[in-house]
Order: sequence, then C-alpha cells, then structure tokens
Amino acid sequence: MTEAVAHKRVSRRPNRLKLAPWLFLAPGLLMFLIYVLVPIVESFWISFHDWDGLGAMSWIGMGNYVELLDDDTFYVSLWNNLLWLVLYLLSIPAGLAVALFLNQNVAGIRIYKSMFFFPFVISQVVVGLIFTWFYAPGFGPLSVFLEWLTGDEIAILADERYVTYGIILAGLWPQTAYCMILYLAGLNNINSEQVEAARMDGAKGFSMLWHVILPQLRPATFIALVVTVIGSLRSFDLVSIMTAGGPYGSSQVLSYFMYEQALSEYGYRMGYGASIAVVLFLIMMVFITFFITRMLNQERNI
Amino acid sequence: MTPIRKLGGLALSLALLSTSALAGEIVLNSDQSDPAPKKAMEELIADFQEAHPDITVKWNNFDHEGYKSAIRNFLTANPPDVAAWYAGNRMKPFVDAGLFEDVSDVWEENGLNEELKSAAASMTIDGKKWGVPYTYYQWGIYYRKDIFEEQGIEPPKTWDELLAASAKLKEAGITPFTIGTKALWPTGGWFDYLNLRVNGYEFHMDLTSGEVPYTDPRVKAVFEKWAELIEPGYFVENHAAIDWQDAIPHLVQGEAAMYLMGNFAVATMKDGGLKEEQIGFLQFPQINPDIPMSEEAPTDTFHIPSGAKNKEDAKKFLAYLASPEAQTKMNETLGQLPVNNKAEKPADPFLEAGFEMLSEAHALAQFYDRDAAAEMAKAGMEGFQEFMVKPDKVDDILERLEKIRARVYK
Repeated sequence: MTEAVAHKRVSRRPNRLKLAPWLFLAPGLLMFLIYVLVPIVESFWISFHDWDGLGAMSWIGMGNYVELLDDDTFYVSLWNNLLWLVLYLLSIPAGLAVALFLNQNVAGIRIYKSMFFFPFVISQVVVGLIFTWFYAPGFGPLSVFLEWLTGDEIAILADERYVTYGIILAGLWPQTAYCMILYLAGLNNINSEQVEAARMDGAKGFSMLWHVILPQLRPATFIALVVTVIGSLRSFDLVSIMTAGGPYGSSQVLSYFMYEQALSEYGYRMGYGASIAVVLFLIMMVFITFFITRMLNQERNI
Repeated sequence: MTPIRKLGGLALSLALLSTSALAGEIVLNSDQSDPAPKKAMEELIADFQEAHPDITVKWNNFDHEGYKSAIRNFLTANPPDVAAWYAGNRMKPFVDAGLFEDVSDVWEENGLNEELKSAAASMTIDGKKWGVPYTYYQWGIYYRKDIFEEQGIEPPKTWDELLAASAKLKEAGITPFTIGTKALWPTGGWFDYLNLRVNGYEFHMDLTSGEVPYTDPRVKAVFEKWAELIEPGYFVENHAAIDWQDAIPHLVQGEAAMYLMGNFAVATMKDGGLKEEQIGFLQFPQINPDIPMSEEAPTDTFHIPSGAKNKEDAKKFLAYLASPEAQTKMNETLGQLPVNNKAEKPADPFLEAGFEMLSEAHALAQFYDRDAAAEMAKAGMEGFQEFMVKPDKVDDILERLEKIRARVYK
C-alpha cells in the first residue's frame, strides 16, 4: 500500500514538471488568444465580406482587396508610411546624441535630463496639439518665423507638400526622448575598464565612440530600432489630431485610413477597413519576423 | 453578429436589465453635451414627467462626438426606448437595417403631418415616418455690417452684386470670405448653396441620392461659379489648416467680412467680441432667377429603436416632443428654430430673419453630409477642399468622385 502510493508520487512528478509552466503561462496565453489571435483571424475573415457593422455580412471574396488596389488613398498611405518608416529612424541617432550629451556629471544634469524626458511623458494628443499651434498660420511661432524669413506665409499642415513631414517632425520629438532613455540606460552599463583600456591605446572622440562605445550599446540600438519601426507603422494619433488625414487625404497613413473606413463618422465599411488592417498586419509581420529571428540568433550565439 | 459582439451585448444588457425592464420607465439616449442643449433636455424631461406622472425618463447623456459611434453599438446590443439622431439620409442605414421603429402613427394621431410639414420630407423613407424632429436652424451669410457700411457696400442679393462686393472688399485689403476647412464639412455648405442656386433642390436630392453622375455638366457648372470666388482670392488663405471656430477671428479682427455658416456661429462670434449690431445676416444670393430659392436647415430628431422595450411610453414622449409648447420652450433655450409651425419662435434678430427666410423657402436641404451617403459625403467634401486649394484640378476631382459614386450607389 505505502509502496504503491510512493510509486504513484514518483511517476506523477515528471508530469507535474511538464504541466507547471503551462499553468503559469495559461492566463497570459488565454489573453493572447482572446485579444490578439482571435481578432487577427476575425479581421482576415471580415476582410472578405461587405459589412456595415449593423446588418448581415455578405461574402465578396477578394473584392475589398481589388478595390484597395484601385484606391488612390491607399497608395498615398503606403507612400506616407514609407516616409514615416525612414524618417522616424532619425530618432535613433538623435536619441543617441542627446544621451551622450546628457551622460555627464555636471551640476543640475538631472534637470536637463528630465526636460529631455518630458516629451515622452506627455500624451501624443498633447504633442499633436502643441505642434498644431506651433505650425498654425497667423500666430504659430514657426509660421511667423517663416513669414519673416521668406515673406510668404507657409501653412505646413494645409500644404500637401509639407504636411507629412510636419507631422513626422512632431512624432520625432517624443520618439527621440524614448530612444534617449534606452541609450542612457545602455550607457550606464558600459564597461569602464574597456573604455580605460581603449583610452590608453589612444582612442579618442569618434573612434572611441565607433569602436568601443557603440558595440557595447548594440542591445539598446536593437530595442530602439524595434520600437521605432513598429511605432512608425502604427502612427495614428498624431495624424488624427493634427490633420485627420488632410488636406484632401494627403497625410493619410494606413492605420488612420483603416480607422476612417471602418469606424469614423463617414465610414462603417468594416470589410474594407479589415482589408487595410490585413495589409498593415502583413507589412508589420515582415519586420516582426525579421526582429524575432535576429533576437533568437543572438540568444543562441551567447 | 460575431460571437464576441454577442458576448459584449449580453454583458451590457445584463448590466442594464434591471433598469430597462421597469414598467413606466423609458430610457433615453442622446448627445446634448453642450450647456444650452443640456439645459433644454433637462427642462423637456422635467416637463414631460410632470405631464405624464406615471412615466419616468432615464436619460443617458453622451458626448457629442462619441455618440456617433456609440449609437451603432447600443442600437444592436441594448437599445434604449428613445434615441437622438438626425434627419435625411443620416438615418437611412438604421432604417434599412431595421433598427428604427416606424412612427407614422404618432404623426397621424397628433396631426403632425400638418404641424411638422416643413420637415416631413426629410423624415420619410419608403413612405413611412421614422422619427420626430424638434429643432433646426438656418444657414446663410453672416457679415460685418460696420465694414459693409465703411466700404459703402449694400448687402448683395444677386451673384453679380456678390462678385462686385467681393471685388470692392478685396481692393480695400479685406478678404471677402473666411472659412476653415480642416474638418471638411464647411465646404459642404458652399457646395450645397451654389448647387441649390445653380441647379435647384430637386437636383441636389438627385445628386446626393446618387442618381446623377458627378461628371454631369450641371455639376461642373457649380464648380465654375465657385471658381469665380476662389481664383481672385476671395477666400482666406490656408483654410485647410483651421477649424470653423478658428475662422471667426478673421471676421472679428476685420480681416475678412463674410462667413457662410449655420446660426450656431453667432454665439461664437459674440464670444469673440463682436457686438450684435456689427453682425448682419443675408440670404445666399440668387444665381439663376429661374430656380426657386431653397435653403439649408439641418434638423435634429428623436427616434424609437425597433428593439425598444417600452414603445408605448416612448411614443407618448415623441408626441410630447412634437407639441408646440414643448418645441417653443426647448428652442428658446437652444436658441434655434422650432419645427412645429404652431410653436413660437425665440425673440432673436438672427432667428427671426432665419425663420422668415425658411418659411418662404421652396424646400429645405439637410446638408451635403446628411443627404448624401456617408462614404460619398466624405469623398465629396475632400474633393471640395482640394478644389478650394487647386481649382484647376476640377476635372480630376470630378472623375474621382464619379468613380466613388459608381461604387457607393451600386
């Protein structure tokens, strides 16, 4: 009897070892399933339908995608997303520069640090409003300055040539602060012995930065790259606050276009919105897959 | 309906079940988030409860913008007994989806077909009435009386007089018209009025219900008239960067002299520092003398959702809302015009001018974005905005709109 119980206990243990991690993961996995995976599958499903969100869904196969390929706004959005992607990356060197500048032991540096940190703390909506006023024709500081400089009033947010750049610039402000924080954390972990050794070997200034500091900051750079790329693709709040995609759709990006088609006052084309969501998802997947494989490779090498 | 939406709906209705199942109580959802409309609603509900002591009204007041998306959820998941919305094609999706109740009997029994005659057309779909209107307001050109006097300009009555007045103002260094088109809809007012004057109300309705191609020469004629104001620079610059409120400082500071807007703008102009005697109101000038003058007068309405639990009392509420007494009192607080022709209009020079104008109008349009299907409205107004910046691209714009019309009104 006792032997049998003991035997049972022994045989159960490996099972328990297998089960325990899954039990701990279960709540997270369940959330992931309900709030991430199921909506993705649903979006794919809805994107093959014509649906106003109220009545019955009607199957139209690839109809939404065919329409998307014939939609000028789609190409404007794609192009603007590309602009965002490329220009948003500027926040990484900018963040690094600010971090290097702030990584000194001077009296009062904390105040400067918190001032540079500030734009990341305030909400994107506030950032959007601040920049809208900054650009506002008539009284915005920038437009007053430009008028003084060129004699012509330039309304950045009303001009299709400048509007996207204007919004990206507003986005760079908090994003630079974000990258700066990542780099400041990275700089704290710099191996001072290596820096000493390099200095003895005569490394200074740029060569010190390039050969000694930057390689040690690689993990920070990687994270900064990931958040910046993803952040640029999901740029939404600034576009929504500053221009609502205008003038005449010239500052559209995929995420705002999707919202407008599916959920805004003049939209409620759930199927069409879902098809834009799918395209955006596929574009993001390219980057996410790239980042994850790189991360896994790095972990394996260590 | 997907399972998840069903779940959400179930949870919502469970949470609200205890309140909405009570007999003698009606749940009312609406969006009177500004101070004056909120006060008007509070008074209306208090008066209604006094007149019907056996009925209590449970009022859920929503934020104005949020309401537009909220209504789609609560109409399917947990319909109230009465809901606020708008007339014209704005209510068509809900009528088509079977979410609004036919209230033709309320109209019939209370003599509303006569008393609310001016709004009857915009409340009718498929020969049935789908709600009750309670307020509207006029659109027109508000202008700086003092500037007109200084420049020796008489308020224009015809298109040629308007062009002459604009030229004179421009010469004096004053931009004739202010406008803010960031939120697109002010462009709809311009298009509608030019269209109503060039082609008339019947054409407006045909166009907004998708029966006329945008490449039709009659549509092009509207844009040609518009270009006569845009090309000489009669509109303020950079209007695409500002909202309708931001356009008012131009008027207050005397940089611009006229503003085509709804009557709600008067309050903002006064807040901005204009005195009542500085503001004038004029009807949009005549362009084609053969076309009878029609006006824009967007109408706010109440409806009964088809899933309402207490339809009997909800109908009593609509009947009360339609009565001359209720509309008189409400619109006095709102500073707008009652729809019921037996109601008394508020004593306000602008409303009196508006009332006179609307009562002589050939017909009332609801506004481009309420008469046209939502998707078409958005694309159309985006096109108008582009036209106001680049008038020479008119053919590209019209072709694009035609492509969208062909798809939207299949």
